[in-house]
Amino acid sequence: MKRLLALILLVFAAPALAQTALPPAPYADRQLDDPALEAKARDLMTTIRCLTCQSQSIADSNASLAGDMRSEIRQRIAQGEAPEHIRAWLIQRYGDWVSYVPTAAPILWPLWAAPLVLLFLGGLLVRSRIRRRRR
Amino acid sequence: MTRTLIWLPLLLFLAFFGLFASGLLKPDDHLINSRLVGQPLPAFSLPAAASDRPALDSTEFATGKPRLLNIFASWCVPCAAEAPQLLALKQAGVEIDAIAIRDARPDVDRFLTRYGNPYTRIGLDARSTVQMALGSSGVPETFVVDGRGKILHQHIGDIRADDVPDILKIVKDAR
Repeated sequence: MKRLLALILLVFAAPALAQTALPPAPYADRQLDDPALEAKARDLMTTIRCLTCQSQSIADSNASLAGDMRSEIRQRIAQGEAPEHIRAWLIQRYGDWVSYVPTAAPILWPLWAAPLVLLFLGGLLVRSRIRRRRR
Repeated sequence: MTRTLIWLPLLLFLAFFGLFASGLLKPDDHLINSRLVGQPLPAFSLPAAASDRPALDSTEFATGKPRLLNIFASWCVPCAAEAPQLLALKQAGVEIDAIAIRDARPDVDRFLTRYGNPYTRIGLDARSTVQMALGSSGVPETFVVDGRGKILHQHIGDIRADDVPDILKIVKDAR
């Protein structure tokens, strides 16, 4: 009986070391009613880095700040703001680092060029192989 | 040609080994600095977070005197640890305003009675909206704002005793 009572009490116990006592923001864990808008918000949220757990997106993270960011993004999208506008707003504050989408900044040119360079090198290799075989 | 190429895998291995070794040895730096340092404080208006302190509005920063804007929360342990340093700064004549993140008024009141209250005004940012607008990524953080409302400096993490002179200097230089 005592054990059962303890178990029942556990159900109602609040974790003592929780990050914050406040309930999550309204749209932190609730989807927007319009599926099209929710899809837009979702696409943005999966490409915004969580500032607390820095290798997760805010869509994946349970951090309170990530929840607040999801709510903020959903509310802004519901008000008609464009996802790229919200991304720019965040980048203006936290730097390119906050977005998982690569930009066209000069430092990333080698990244964009890599496929072409590799294709070219592969082509050279294939050409030399074919020539050798013909001989 | 092949004689030199034969060394290529080894060179690549050494290059990657060096890269990973340096990544392992370098201290992990998780700080994300706000890009708003050097720019005007974003506009905001927050309700009062404590019973005996007024609310906080961004227009109140352009008063001709530099101030600190401390981002804290009653649920945040390092914020309690930095309280003595904030009180010391206050004693040195620095005006400190604050934003309480994801907080509730009774909790803030309890926190301030327990750890002291160095703040002139405290705004309540229940949904971290202003924290995001400031480019702040956690608690505690402290911004130095000059007399025209421009952000001069961001201190990430709790203010330790040896950070106090540096912050005092930034505030003094802003005068």
